[in-house]
Order: sequence, then structure tokens, then C-alpha cells
Amino acid sequence: MLTLTCPYCGIAAEETELQPGGEAHLKRFGPGSSDAEFEAYLFARRNPKGVHFERWRHAYGCGKWFMAARDTATLQVYGTYKAQTPFPTPEIVAAIQHRHPQWRPDFDATSPTPTSAPEGLTQ
Amino acid sequence: MTQTGPFRLPRGGRLIDRAYQLPFRFDGRQMRGVAGDTLASALLANGQLMMGRSFKYHRPRGPIASGAEEPNALLGLGQGGRFEPNQRATTTPLVGGMVTASQNAWPSLNADIGAVNNWLYRFFPAGFYYKTFMHPRPFWKHVFEPIIRRSAGLGKAPTEADPDKYEQAYAHVDVVVVGGGIAGLTAARDAGRDGKSVWLVEQTPHFGGRTPTDHADGQSRVDALLAELRGMENVTLRRATQATGLYDHGYLLVRESLADHDPNAGIPRQRLWRIRAGHVVVATGALERPLSFAGNDVPGVMLASALRDYIDLYGVAPGRRIVVVTNNDDAYRTALAALDAGLKVVAVIDARSTADGALPAAVRARGLRVLTGSAIAGIKGGHAVEAVKICAHSGSGQVTETVDADCVAMSGGWSPVVHLWSHCGGKLNWSDAQTMFAPDPSRPPTGADGNAMASCAGAAAGDLLAAELTGAQAESALMPVWVMPAHATRKMKFKMWLDFQNDVKVSDVELAAQEGYHSVEHTKRYTTLGMATDQGKVSNINGLAVLSKALNQPIPATGTTTFRPPYTPLTLGAIAAEARGETFLPLRKTPMHGWHEAQGAFFEPVGHWRRPYCYPKGGESHGDAVAREIRAVRASVGTLDASTLGKIIVKGPDAGKFLDMMYTGMMSSLPIGKCRYGLICNENGFLIDDGVAARLSDDTWLVHTTTGGAERMHGHFEDWLQCEWWDWKVWTANVTEQWAQVAVVGPKARMLLERLGGMDLSAEALPFMGWAEGQVAGIPARVYRISFSGELSFEVAVPANRGLELWEKLHEAGRDLDVTPYGTEAMHVMRAEKGFIMIGDETDGTVIPQDLGMSWAISKKKSDYIGKRAQERSHMTDPGRWKLVGLESLDGRVLPDGVYAVDEGVNANGQRKVQGRVTSTYLSPTLDRPIAMGLVRHGPQRMGEVLEFPAGGQDSYKARIVDPVFYDKEGSRANG
Repeated sequence: MLTLTCPYCGIAAEETELQPGGEAHLKRFGPGSSDAEFEAYLFARRNPKGVHFERWRHAYGCGKWFMAARDTATLQVYGTYKAQTPFPTPEIVAAIQHRHPQWRPDFDATSPTPTSAPEGLTQ
Repeated sequence: MTQTGPFRLPRGGRLIDRAYQLPFRFDGRQMRGVAGDTLASALLANGQLMMGRSFKYHRPRGPIASGAEEPNALLGLGQGGRFEPNQRATTTPLVGGMVTASQNAWPSLNADIGAVNNWLYRFFPAGFYYKTFMHPRPFWKHVFEPIIRRSAGLGKAPTEADPDKYEQAYAHVDVVVVGGGIAGLTAARDAGRDGKSVWLVEQTPHFGGRTPTDHADGQSRVDALLAELRGMENVTLRRATQATGLYDHGYLLVRESLADHDPNAGIPRQRLWRIRAGHVVVATGALERPLSFAGNDVPGVMLASALRDYIDLYGVAPGRRIVVVTNNDDAYRTALAALDAGLKVVAVIDARSTADGALPAAVRARGLRVLTGSAIAGIKGGHAVEAVKICAHSGSGQVTETVDADCVAMSGGWSPVVHLWSHCGGKLNWSDAQTMFAPDPSRPPTGADGNAMASCAGAAAGDLLAAELTGAQAESALMPVWVMPAHATRKMKFKMWLDFQNDVKVSDVELAAQEGYHSVEHTKRYTTLGMATDQGKVSNINGLAVLSKALNQPIPATGTTTFRPPYTPLTLGAIAAEARGETFLPLRKTPMHGWHEAQGAFFEPVGHWRRPYCYPKGGESHGDAVAREIRAVRASVGTLDASTLGKIIVKGPDAGKFLDMMYTGMMSSLPIGKCRYGLICNENGFLIDDGVAARLSDDTWLVHTTTGGAERMHGHFEDWLQCEWWDWKVWTANVTEQWAQVAVVGPKARMLLERLGGMDLSAEALPFMGWAEGQVAGIPARVYRISFSGELSFEVAVPANRGLELWEKLHEAGRDLDVTPYGTEAMHVMRAEKGFIMIGDETDGTVIPQDLGMSWAISKKKSDYIGKRAQERSHMTDPGRWKLVGLESLDGRVLPDGVYAVDEGVNANGQRKVQGRVTSTYLSPTLDRPIAMGLVRHGPQRMGEVLEFPAGGQDSYKARIVDPVFYDKEGSRANG
């Protein structure tokens, strides 16, 4: 039973307090997308043995969705971060590379990403 | 002395207090033990060596162990609701007045009819059931299975509810040390000195483990450690506390016995600790392995360490003429302990060609016979050991000598207890030198920080002697012995037990290997090796060694089966704790719940709610009550408690845009003061919820969901808002429980509400699909003119704390109108009469709105909504999809729910092809005939066709495809 720290309320929450939401940072494909794109968006998941980015909701807590970077083999948690970002934050990338120096992100980790929700979403 | 049994020794017994005698009963016989006894030691003291019968052959069995690994001595304890089957006599502390019974024997332990299986053992090899009961196929269900089910299982399940209380507690601890032996005590002391918060948990009621028994100054070493630990404020010591499993991120499950078998203590019987451990030290010791010789299961044959324990800890002699058989030095300790207790040791049989270590030397010095290079060829005796046949270990079992004996102490070496280490991924290494699997410290179970969350200490780490801690002298190497003698005949292997409880023998594992079961996991399941209640604690390593030999491969190539929690069985009571009865799942009740109860409503569960299904009057059946309620609503007026409907506020500058994405229809164009029915799909395109949304103001909508869908839909909205469109300015709030809601339904609904006064509810002021805010009977209210029944209908929402007041006023004011409370079933039937769909009936997670003829609820103008792209996929636009129709039974019988309409031909499995199924079916009181809805291939184009629905042995049902709207097709009644 995992423990993950909610980046919104700071509580180290037990898995029973959380709702899992599958792989994080999926790009949504809607009307106008090809069958292949839509199929990949809807069904194809990486399911890696190793570094994985996933969505969790602090369902029996503050109710916020957040992301966790986790190793599915060792269960190491590299960090949790707010959901309002299209890809993992530089801090998370650094935490992963601290353990796995050879690991390279398949997204542009240097690009500026919002580290908190834009005004209007959080209180 | 004789009062506590003829086999109680005159002296000794480290754990017992002879001054306190405890009477107890075993199979109806009165016996006596003493304080500190286990049930097993007390029974042995009374000369009761045989404590049960094995599972398959009903062989007589006595204890082979003295601890948690015991496979044989399983008893039924207690009576009535406190009866518990399969309790290990070796770990159950004796309590005065205890009532115990042997298991798996009928009519009695000594004369068990099932033992006939024992004479037929050649006909019950591994896989017997799989091989024998294949044909003829119907025989399995009607003949074999009932017989096998009746004879299967060891203990009997209790029939009454458990009257005891159990509790659970949480703890966060820096270091939890599991095992209170010398290694655990030392680890706890070291962690305590470091200032960490430390728990030490020990499964037995005593600290010290084997050290006091096995080592000369062991007790003083243990006492010194305990004295220091008891002085540390940061250290908690818990005895009779079993760590049963280690899970992800240091989650350790620990069961503490508080008042086991002492129901009068007035405290919970057990406490289940759910511990988050920073680090777990596994100091769980090691378990001795039996030796596989013919007759190794006869009562009186036991592990050498167990015999030593019974003598040293309890002052009990399981026998008086003892043979020790071993492949290592450690068992010589048992010979010495027996001699010290004044017992006769007939011989030490050592499979090794030489035995010249310090312990064998000490034994020889006492004048004992030590037969090296020797083995046991067989045991004479059935219910107890009478004599031991001796042979050369290197041979095939030629008996060289037979010695009289009543007890055999065997030792095949030791296996570290690695269960907790392995539960969460810790890996093992095979050690040829020590002939055991031991934890590999370089491959530990890892925690949230990616580092080891557990480590092992002492014997559990593979340091069997723990010489640094115990002061033990070095011992000479053991010799692996997996079958004794080395070239035993096939006939002998039929009598060599590996798994004592499940009756798995060397011959069975060899047969499995011969039949192609090469994986240890497959062999386990085929032979049932290690699948008994002891989970293979004494049988596992011996079994996989025999398998390896049969497969001619090294033991690590075979590997172990997976270690799974719990280490020892956990009571269901401890797992459930307080979560039983009414506290299992808190029920949600509407403000009017008490009124419904007082009216004798019959409730049904809807989500976590309880809703009135109907309100039977007098001796009325549920069916009659539902019909009466419907007629009253259609004729006059009825009320439905609709408070459970989900109510979610969606607010903000982007709320309209957001709802257009959530619903298939257009919500942003809804005028203030109006309501609109909408459908919600998931990204797969499938329909997941429906309901009516009302626009409250320029930037605010109130969304109604299904009763069971409120939390789910709120979560769905939040998911998209937080994770996809986090820049949209929208807020949501689930206000379901803030409002009580009453549907006032029927041709006289307006009349009734007007009597309460406060609002203009005329058709002009409040037309169909409009809503208005005001006061009803002096209560602030929102009134929605929506209808799920097809009648004139007003849903009145008031603050939750005024709900009962409104409900009672409606019933008071409408007495002369025969105002009738109606339940969910009447609601269901009335909506079906109108052809309205119900989420969960017409939908099952694979149905899209287009299947239900609801394209009218899908906006053509919108470029996107959740599910739109999916509904464009080829499978979703397939004209062959099953579509909603009405079904009219031809013979007046109500169609069974869920039945399938058959088509011509058969599929690849030889089953009739199908072309549709029934989704809702009722007897309509309004129309006085059966009505049904269903999904049928090309259904809407096949009006008038007749479908056939086979239904078990009865005549097939036949139904005509018709329009799904059975009542008031024009919709004039709701518009009134």
C-alpha cells in the first residue's frame, strides 16, 4: 500500500485515501484526429517496468488531482507535483536522474511549465 | 505431579508454573495442564500424542513442531460463536476450562472410518481428482463433487456469529524489529540506543527465542538485553504479537493477541496494528526441516528442536526411549537435553560418515551410541512409534538393526524464515554450504525512497548460530539429505511425507516431475505441496529439493514458490474489526427517512443510500403495493422522495463552455429559468449518466445526476477541469445533501401544491421544463417542472432541514386527494411506460446514446464534447448495433429481465446466435399488460416482427417489436 504526498495539502496520504487515474500527461485527441491517433490516446499505455508518471486524486482528502513520478519496479517515489503541467517538472526530472543517471525524458524538460494552476482554478 | 499428566517430567519447564493447575477438555475427556503450557505440551503431558488426522489419508498424527510451523496438531477450539477450527495446539496458550476437539476424524480420533483412504494410497496419487473425475461430465456436478465437498476441509466452519470484539490501530514507527529472539533483542537495543522510535514484536508470549534452550548462558544474555530495552522510553516491546505481512512502502500488518480464548477479560480479543515502519528488521529466526524417511509421519516422530522445547520449556517428555536422527550437529543438543532430563536416548543416527564436532563429542562422552553413515529405513507402529529400523544411509534400505523406541527426534537442517523479507520483493540466494535459501542483502525490498525498507538479522539472515550473540561454538558442516536412505526404494518413498497436513509424499513430487510439472509453482498446485494451513513452512524446501533431484537440476534453478502474506492465519474478526453490522458501511439517509420507516416502507439500496422501494399497506405484497402506488399517481397525486438525486453546482465565466464539453447536448444556450435534459458520456463514447440541468443565473448551472452518480460525476467534472482545461474559470460543488427534494406527481399535483401556497405554479407562470424560485408552505424552495413519469410533475427542492416539514405538509394537505407516497419501483415502472431510459438498465457501459434513439439529445452544432470522437469510430457507427425498441409479450407473460433474443444459426462454440436482449421489463398496472424494452439489432426498422427468447426449461417467450413509448405518446399529460 503506497503512500504519496499530496502536493496541494501536503498530507502523506495512504493509497486508500487516493483514487488512481492511470498514466499522466496524455495528450487528448478529439474530433478531427485520425483513427490511429485516437486509438493511441484512448488505449495505448506505456506500462513500463521502471519510471512511470501517473495521475492520482486525493479523493478522501482535498479532492485535488496530482501527478506522481514513481518506479513501478522498486516502488520508489521520485516526487509528486501538481496536475497543471503538460509534462513533468524539472525538479522531478532531476530526482529521477539522481537515481538513474542514464534516464532521459522523451519530452522537452527545459521548456517552461506552469508550476501551479493558473489564476482561477485554485482558491 | 501425576495430576498434570504421566509424561510430565519431575523437574524443569522454563515456562510453566506447576503451582497453577488448569483443567481442560479434549474430545470430551477431562485433562489437566499447568500455567504456561501450550495446548500441545499439556496434551503431551497427558500422554495424548495423537492430536489429529491428516487431510487426505486420515493418517494418525501428532505434533512434529513446537511453534507456528506445526502442520499436524490442529484442533477445534471453543464452542458456539467462539468455536474456531484449525487452531495450532503448539501456539495456543492453555487456558483453564478450555474445550478442544480433534478434527477430520469420524466417529472418533482413534477409529476413523476415513482412514480407509490410507489403505488405498496407491490409488490416490498426486492429481488423483483431476485424473479420475473427468467423465462422464454430468457425474462431476451431481455425484463426485458433492461427495468430495462433504469430505473436504479439515475443521468445520463455525455456524454462529463471533461474539468477540476486535480493534485496529495505527502506528508510525522508525524501526520495527520482528522477532524477540537474541538477534531481534540486539537489533532493537542498537536502534534504541540510536534514539529511534522502536517496536519489538514477538509472536510468542516470551522473549528470547531459542537461545535460552540452546545455549548454556542464553537466559542471562537475554535477560541483560531485556533489562536495557525496558529502560528505554523510545522502545516498545509487544509479546504475543505476530507480524503477518510486509507490504509496499513499509506497511506492516501486525496482530496482537489481547484476550485470545479468554472471553471474560472484557477487552477486545485481538488488535490489528497497521504500522508504517521506517525500517523493518526481520529477526524471525529459522525453522528446522524434517528428514524424509519412510514412516516420518508416525506420531512420536518430531523435529529435534521441538522435542528439546517440550523438555526444556514445558517439562514434558513426548517419549521415554528416544532415537535422534540427523544430518547436522545441532540435533545433538536434543540428545543432551533428553539425557539431562533423565530420558533414555537409544541412539543418534547420523547420515554423515563422520561426526566429530564438539556437540557429537559431548554426546559420545555421555556414553551414547552414535551411528554415523546411518539412516532410518522405517518406523514400526501406526498410532505411535514402537521401533526404529536402521540401515546404511548410502544403501537402498537393507535393515541392519531394529531398536525399540517411542520417539524419534529428526533434523534435516534449518531454513531461515524469510517470509517478511520476501513478501515485498526481497530476493534470496541459495547457499550450498549451508543448504538453505537466505536473504540477499544486495536485493532488498525497497521503500518510497528507493532504499532498503527491510534488513535481516541473526538466523533469518542466514547466520544460523549467531555465535557472536549466543557464544555458540562452531559446528561442523551438515550433509544435504533429501531422501533417507540415499537410494530408497519406490515403496519407501510412498511412506516419506513432505507436506504432512496435505499428505504429499516424495513419491507424489517425483510423479509430478515425471508427468511434466517442471515449474515449482505448477508442482505445488498439482500435488498441493505447501498449500495447507501451514503454507509449507516445514515442507517447502524439502519438496523443491526432491523436485530438483527428479528434474536433475540444482536447487536454485528450481527456486522457491512465492511467499505470500499472512505468515500465520489472520482471523477475519481482526481484519473486519469494528467494520461489521451497522458500522460496516455507513448508510446515507434522506431527511424523510424516518417518515418512510414509520410508514413501513420496504427499502432498497441505491448507491450508499436506502430508498423506499414501495410502501406496502397491511398484508399487501410488494407487487400489489407498487401497482396501487402507480394507479394513485396516474389518477390523482403521489410524492416521491427524490432527495438522493445528485445536485452539482457548476459556476464561473466558462461554466457554459465547460458543460457543453461534458454533455452531448448544448447547455450554454439554456435560458435562465429553464431546464434541459442531458446525457453524459465518457471519452469512450459510452453513456455514463443522465439528468436535468437548470440554469440558475448567467454564470451558474445546477446539474442533476442519477442517485448513484453524484460523486462519480463530480469527480468526472473535476478530472477534466483540473487535468485538461485548468485554465478554464469554472468551479464545481456537490450540494446533493444540502437539499431535500420531493417530486409531486399526478394530475392533481398542481392543486395540491397550490393548497400549500406561496408560489404561482400555473402553466403560464411555470411551463413544462421551467423552474422558479419562491416559497412553498413558507419554506424557501426551488420548483422544477420536470417529469420522469409522464404526468404533470413538480420537483420541489427545499433546504435539507426543512424536507420532512414539506413532506408532512403535502400529506396533510392532500389527504382528501388520496396523496400517495410512492417508491423507486413505481418510479421505474412509470418511466418504462413512457419509454424513458434508466442508466444501468438500458445502459451497461457499452451503450452509446445513438443506440437508444437519443440523437435528439446530441448537439449537431458542437465541434467537440467528451465522447464525440469515439462515437465516430467505425464500430460505433455500425448500422448493425443493437438499438432500443419496445417489446410486447405475445402470451401475457412478463418477459424475464436480461433474456436474449435468439437468431438463426450457431456461433463457433455451437451456441445459438443472439440478436438482442431485454433491458427493462414490468407488468404495467396502467395498461394492465406486460411491457418491456430491449436492445435489438436493426430494431427500429423491424417494427412488428416477433422475437423468440428461450428461458431455461420453460416454453420460449415471444415478443413483438413495438415503439418503446407505451403510454401517452403525445406527452399531453406532462404538459398540462
